[in-house]
Parts: sequence; structure tokens; C-alpha cells
Amino acid sequence: MTKLAETVNRFPSGGQKVLQTVVRYLLMILLALFMFGLILLIAGKDPLASYKDIFSSTLGSTRGFSEVIVSMIPMLITALAVALPFRVGLINIGGEGQLFIGAAFATFGALTFSNLPAWLLLPLMALLGMLGGALWAFIPGYLKAIGLVNETITSLLLNSVAPKIIGFLILGFWHSPRDTVKTPSFVDAARLPTFFGTRIHLGLVFGLILLIAFWLVMKYTRWGLEMRAIGSNPQAAKRNGISLAKYLVIVMCLGGGIAGLAGMVQVSGFYGTLFPNFSMNMGFLGFMICWLAGADPLGIVLMAFVVSVIYSGGNLLQLTRGLPYAVINILLAFTLFIVLARPTFFKGKKS
Amino acid sequence: MTLLSILGVLSSAIFSGTSLLYTTLGEVIDERAGIVNLGLEGVLLVSASSGFAVTALSGNPYLGILVSILAGGLMNMILGYLVLTRKANQLASGLALMFFGFGLSALIGKPYVSVRIHSLGRFILPGLASLPAKYSSLFKFDLLIYLVIPVAILVWWLLFRTRWGLGVRAVGENADTAYASGRDPRRIRFQALFAGGMLAGLGAAHLAIVYTMNWTEGMTAGRGFIAVALVIFSKWHPLRAIAGALVFSGAVAFQLLLQSSGVQISSNLLDTLPYILTLIVLIAWGGNRKHSAPASLGRVYQGSE
Repeated sequence: MTKLAETVNRFPSGGQKVLQTVVRYLLMILLALFMFGLILLIAGKDPLASYKDIFSSTLGSTRGFSEVIVSMIPMLITALAVALPFRVGLINIGGEGQLFIGAAFATFGALTFSNLPAWLLLPLMALLGMLGGALWAFIPGYLKAIGLVNETITSLLLNSVAPKIIGFLILGFWHSPRDTVKTPSFVDAARLPTFFGTRIHLGLVFGLILLIAFWLVMKYTRWGLEMRAIGSNPQAAKRNGISLAKYLVIVMCLGGGIAGLAGMVQVSGFYGTLFPNFSMNMGFLGFMICWLAGADPLGIVLMAFVVSVIYSGGNLLQLTRGLPYAVINILLAFTLFIVLARPTFFKGKKS
Repeated sequence: MTLLSILGVLSSAIFSGTSLLYTTLGEVIDERAGIVNLGLEGVLLVSASSGFAVTALSGNPYLGILVSILAGGLMNMILGYLVLTRKANQLASGLALMFFGFGLSALIGKPYVSVRIHSLGRFILPGLASLPAKYSSLFKFDLLIYLVIPVAILVWWLLFRTRWGLGVRAVGENADTAYASGRDPRRIRFQALFAGGMLAGLGAAHLAIVYTMNWTEGMTAGRGFIAVALVIFSKWHPLRAIAGALVFSGAVAFQLLLQSSGVQISSNLLDTLPYILTLIVLIAWGGNRKHSAPASLGRVYQGSE
């Protein structure tokens, strides 16, 4: 399990090492910014002005900062949906599909029980969302547990199926009378409350509570211990009487349920409606973030923040520099490339 | 359903399936060498946009196709650098490459949205020219379509009948053993990735320059992931990939036929067919491990220094 060893290395504890890690990550981000600057220069844009746009629009104002937090919310949750199964050695790359199905289940709740009060409807939608995601993750989890098919392949395949099902449901049943490509807007009772007059919604609390719970469970409970045991040596764990198959299925379903909750949070907290490509690759981004953070809760928060600044900044780049919005993916990819390549800036540091 | 409509389905399946088959063949080589390229979607987009841009600028589709092929190979070199030189995780690196492709292709392609280009000519094989016009018009294909089956055979020959192919497969099964028998796993994997990327680039070239003859952002619409599924569906075998690509693209063409004859079936649900078929095939083989994936697929080769 070299993966887990890596994990430990990436977020070391202890004063000097923390400082080194912080400096190292800052240097990596600078390198990514420099490379993207070159691309902008080649494209005939002014990199410095573009960066000024990106940072002033995201970190320079309360409103911009709140938007960064808003776009962080689904990333936190989908990253956790990968981190939990990762601890037992499962690679859940199916967050994207689980998020879609979770959103579909939650939307079903919002459209069917629209006359319920919010205190009843929102928990119902959250449960439905988790149920949807868990069901979608059950397929790869079960197939893996009985030793039939690797969960990576199955969850990847199911990613491509889920959006088509959403498209089918919207076009066939749920679309609003005026618009065939999305559902009617949810009633107010089906919307997560927002705070401070911004678009930050209750989903943030969901995400943070789940991350803290994840950290506590992994560190202090028997389940956490058993999960770590399975993750580091499944055969030894099995000999010690841990029920491997049961754990694999349950943990995979939990991961899927969390991704499903991310879907519910997006449709209920952010959009207030469901449309086919609402996800914006949040499931895949969650996978990347979890990987970069070494499945560590605090690392997930930091990485989600960085990715979120990049993504939110892209909006302004599109408005002021006349670049397609997708171009911001280059900066994201450079950041990912550099973190994945793990450059060493400090001499004598073992790689 | 007349003979004509069935031939029509076949014809449009061939048109839309060609780019899929080239891409799948590329991924077969990658995966035979032990590397899953989840960034295929991004590779396709960059190849398609750069090839299209060059075709639009130069007016020469052959030059565009060449650029597409090169762009595909180079994109895969990024993956190679990350997973081979820096030993990064393959899935995460592949996804990063996908995001890179989204961005770079949008930047390259932006000035060429809705630009018209000259494409390859279509011609009919000599033996078919004597058919009635309504049939023969269905089988007027371009050069890349005629080449796709020979290329599949070439890939099969390379993988199963040459020393190089033996090396690729050995590295995909067990890099350490391959190293012990005097091969350089990293070098072979780089070569396989470059070859695979070039084939993906050829697929993208057919899609953008020849088949649709335009560029739109995100035009590959999940073809990269379909190709990854197809590789599994065809059991990592280049010749079975021919049948696989035809089945997958035929399903889409078939849906148009059903609709024209009054049967209503959701195109969305029909689009899930490739993935569900692959899933069923995987489950069906579950017990029979002999024919499943190359043994060290997805593993990081730590090197032997």
C-alpha cells in the first residue's frame, strides 16, 4: 500500500514540516500560475491583468469570497465521497454518477411532496439523495465484494449512464411546461436556507459536519480502526475476523450516499432546479481533490478552496478577457499536473 | 423496414463509428502496456481542435489530420511524464489530462467555431460502383474509413506478431518480469502511449475534419469514455474492437431508424446501451479471469534502480 504511505508524507505534522509543506504548496501554485501565464501570453492576453481579475474577483471582495465558498461546497462533499471508500482501499471514481442519481432522487422528492413544510421536506430530500447515491454505489460495491468485477471500472461505466437517465427523466416526465430541458423551479420549502445575504447555503454545514465526523470516526472509533486495517492489509484484516465483504459494500454505499447528498445540495441549495449538465464535473473534481489531499479531511478543505478560487476566477476571465470559460481548466490542470508530479524544491528532502 | 433503411443504418454506423474505432485501438495499445488513459476525452478534444484549426488555416485536410495525429501523441506524452517519470497515480493523472484538454481545446478552437473547411473527398470502391445509385450513395466513404480496418489489423499484427508488441504486452502483464528479461518498461510504455495517442488523434481528426466538418466546444461528447468502455467490451483485442465499435455506433443509428418507423424509444436510454452492455459483459466474464485485463493495468511501476 504505497498509496497510504504517500498520504502520510503529503501532510506531515510537526512545526517545521508544516511550514515546509506550506511553502512547497505555495511554490507549486506559483509554478502553475507561471505556466498558465505563458499560455495566456501566447493567446495574446495580458497575464498580469488576468490574474488581477481572477484574484480581485475571488479573494478581493466579500461577495467574491462568498462565491468561492459556494462553489467549494459540492467539492468538499464529493471529495469526501472518494476519501471514505479510499480508506478501505476502494477507488470510487463514480462520484459523478452517484451525484447525478442523488440529485434525481432529491428532485423527485422536491417535485412530489412540494406541499410539505421545509423542516420535513429538506430532510426527506437529503435522505432521498443519499439513498439514490448509495444505490448507484451499491452496484460496484457489491460486484467488488463478491470478487466479480473491479469497482474502478464499474463505477466509471456507471458515471456515463447516470446523466443519460437524468436526461430521460427530465425530458420524459419532469420538465417544466415552458422549458423541456429543465424541471420547474423548486418551491421555497425545497430550497436549502442561505446565510448572510449571500448564496452560501446550508450545504456548507453538511459538508463540514461530514468532514469532521469522518475525521473523528477514522481516528477514535472501532470502525475507523477496522477500516484502516482493511485499507492497509485486507488479508490480515480478514484473518482478524473483520467481515471484509460487508465492510466493502457498506463503505462503498456510504461513499455513494455522500456523493448523492452533494447532488441534493446542488439542486436544492444552489440551482433550485434540475437540468442535464448541472454537475459541471463536480464528481470528477471531487476525485481529484481527494487524491491531491491524500484523503485527509483538512487537506480536502484546502484543496477544495484552491480549486474553487480557480474555478470562480474563470467566470471573470470569460467576461473581461473574452476567453471561453473552459480555458480556466488549463490553470486547474496545470495545478493538478504539478501536484501530481510532486516536484521537490528542498534539497535533501527525500522524495 | 426495407433493405435500403437497414443499409442506411449500416452506413451511418460506419460513418460515426470510425472515429470511435481509431480511438479504441489507441486505448487498446495504452492498456495493453498497462496504462489506463482516462484523459482520452481531453486528448480527442485537443487533437480535434488543433487539426481543425490547421485545416481551416491551410485549406489542406491532410495537413490537419497530420497535426491531429501529432497532437494526440503529444497529449499522451504528458500522461507519460506524469505516470512514468513522476510515478503519479494513473486515474488522477488521466482526469487532470481531461481537464487540460477541455481548456486547451476551447482556447485553440475558439476562432474556428462555425468556420467551413474543405474535407477529404468521398469515393466508392470499384466493385460497388455498379449498384443502383440509391444504394451506392450510401457507401461512398472517405479515405480514413477505408483505412480503419487495415489499421485495426495492423495494430493486431503489431501487438501479437512483433517483438515490440510482445514487449508491450509483457510490460502490461508484469513490468518487473519484463525488466528482468532485459526490457525497459518505461521506454516501452512511452512508445505505446505515443502510438495510442496518435491513433486517438486520428479518430479525432475523422470526427472533426471529415465527419462533422466543424468544431464546437466539447464536441466529442463522451467518446473518450465510450472508447474506454469499448476496450473492455472487446477484451483488449484490436480485432474484436471492430465489432464492438460497429455495435455501439449501430445502436445510435438504429434508433433513428426506429423513430422513422414510428417506434418511440428514448435516445437518452439508448445512449446508455454501450455502458450497460460492457457492464453485463464484465459480469459475465467475472468468473473467467483468463480473458480479463492486463495484469498490471493501472499500477505504478516503481522502477528498479
